[in-house]
Amino acid sequence: MSTTATETATRAEVCAAACADLFRGDGEIVAAAVAGFVPMLGSRLARATFEPDLLTTDGGPSLSAAPVPLGAQAAEVEGWLPFRDHLWLVLNGRRHVVMGPSQIDAFGNTNISCIGDWERPSRQLLGVRGGPGNTLLNTTSYWVPKHSTRVFTEKVDFVSGVGHDRGAHEIRRVVTNLAVLDFATPDRRMRLRSVHPGVTVEQVVENTGFELAVPDEVPDTRLPSAEELRVMREVLDPKGLREREVPQ
Amino acid sequence: MGGKVMTAAGVVASLDSGMTLGIGGWGSRRKPMALVREILRSDLTDLTVVSYGGPDVGLLCAAGKVRRLVTAFVTLDSIPLEPHFRQARQDGAIELTEYDEGMFMFGLYAAAHRLPFLPTPVGLGSDVMRVNPGLKTVRSPYDDGTELVAVPALTMDAALIHMNRADARGNAQYLGPDPYMDDLFAKAADRAYVSCERLVDTADLLKEGPVQSLLLSRAHVTGVVETPNGAHFTDCVPDHGRDEAFQRLYAKAAADPGQWAAFRERFLSGDEAAYQDAVRVWREENR
Repeated sequence: MSTTATETATRAEVCAAACADLFRGDGEIVAAAVAGFVPMLGSRLARATFEPDLLTTDGGPSLSAAPVPLGAQAAEVEGWLPFRDHLWLVLNGRRHVVMGPSQIDAFGNTNISCIGDWERPSRQLLGVRGGPGNTLLNTTSYWVPKHSTRVFTEKVDFVSGVGHDRGAHEIRRVVTNLAVLDFATPDRRMRLRSVHPGVTVEQVVENTGFELAVPDEVPDTRLPSAEELRVMREVLDPKGLREREVPQ
Repeated sequence: MGGKVMTAAGVVASLDSGMTLGIGGWGSRRKPMALVREILRSDLTDLTVVSYGGPDVGLLCAAGKVRRLVTAFVTLDSIPLEPHFRQARQDGAIELTEYDEGMFMFGLYAAAHRLPFLPTPVGLGSDVMRVNPGLKTVRSPYDDGTELVAVPALTMDAALIHMNRADARGNAQYLGPDPYMDDLFAKAADRAYVSCERLVDTADLLKEGPVQSLLLSRAHVTGVVETPNGAHFTDCVPDHGRDEAFQRLYAKAAADPGQWAAFRERFLSGDEAAYQDAVRVWREENR
């Protein structure tokens, strides 16, 4: 492995590798990385490298025979997962979902429904979608492309995804453009797990609207390996869609 | 062809204000848009709309047709947020029953199979329980004793569904990759009306697709309408994909009252043929 190659990794590539790491050890389950290009790329990267048994889609109802490039349709298909079967699979449990929250609090409660009072919101968003079921029954992670106090809030306006204090199955991690966060604390509050190379702990704390657990030593998020970079750049995302989602 | 073949106007004339109306499809995918546009032209009002919402919901909200919406989301898919729906919510113009997608599906399954409810853990712990105070829980009668949400049957007076093919008897076929929940809507409703891209002879249905693609049985279908390009601008593969350029035009106009008046005048002031003509002309201009 050449070290010079890994040092050329962009922020988006560091984020994608961190998203791939979300699925480490998951085995033969469906990766439902619906939150954007970066987690979708991460799930396919995991399958293409260290987590080969993972099941991934082409963004539609086809389970692809192999990880497909972002934006491409599966040429070879190994399974069919229309929306109704996704919803049954939520109950079955063999699924790890990555969602994109508009708000998230210290216990991992999230909101994608509306901002302000639900009765008459100041900003209507998507609606709860599958958030309540996903978080209650499946391993859930989150992707936040712009880490800010608008997203990381003391209290979410509407609990569409339940956190650890409300019965979540497992909120594994939150990957952002600045850092990776987890819930490895005694009371399962959010903790800073690593900062991306070039980001300071202070930057993360400043952009988080609640008190974040910060260990004495915060490591850097790992760089993608040379092989991971090759797979991302040449195979899974040659158009560089990942770079659009993460400002450098 | 006779049988159950109707016009879109005939379908809408059979509906009444105050009804609960299910709409098939999912987001901006295979929506019965020609039937929705016909409702926009009618004096129907005070509707309860049950839908995995897309521009069907947005258009009906913008036209003031909706009293209550039952949904898990409203989205245009490639454009995440539906401007008319947002405005209606922010204006307090509609009542909302907001369910998780899976709870919504269980409500459909319950209604489709004449069950009063179906139990699921989904919803527990979330604010769905807070904003739906009428939702009750049940406890498993077995040793596990699990507490579950009893999702009530989403019964409806009528359902509107769009399919790729149908015959005059009311059998209907989807040729795309996802059935969505359309068979459940048909079974959950007292009456289901199906619009289709093309009416075919019964004998030709299996020339179009495999037997598993026959999603709706005539036993559950009251009327059939042939509406070529009738799902426009939503996705209806393989007949037509989503018209992304037109959807962008729609979303931009929907976010601005002045532009919306012009959009409505240009595209929604005439009948379905006029709509399709206006879209064709717009496409020529923007080639």
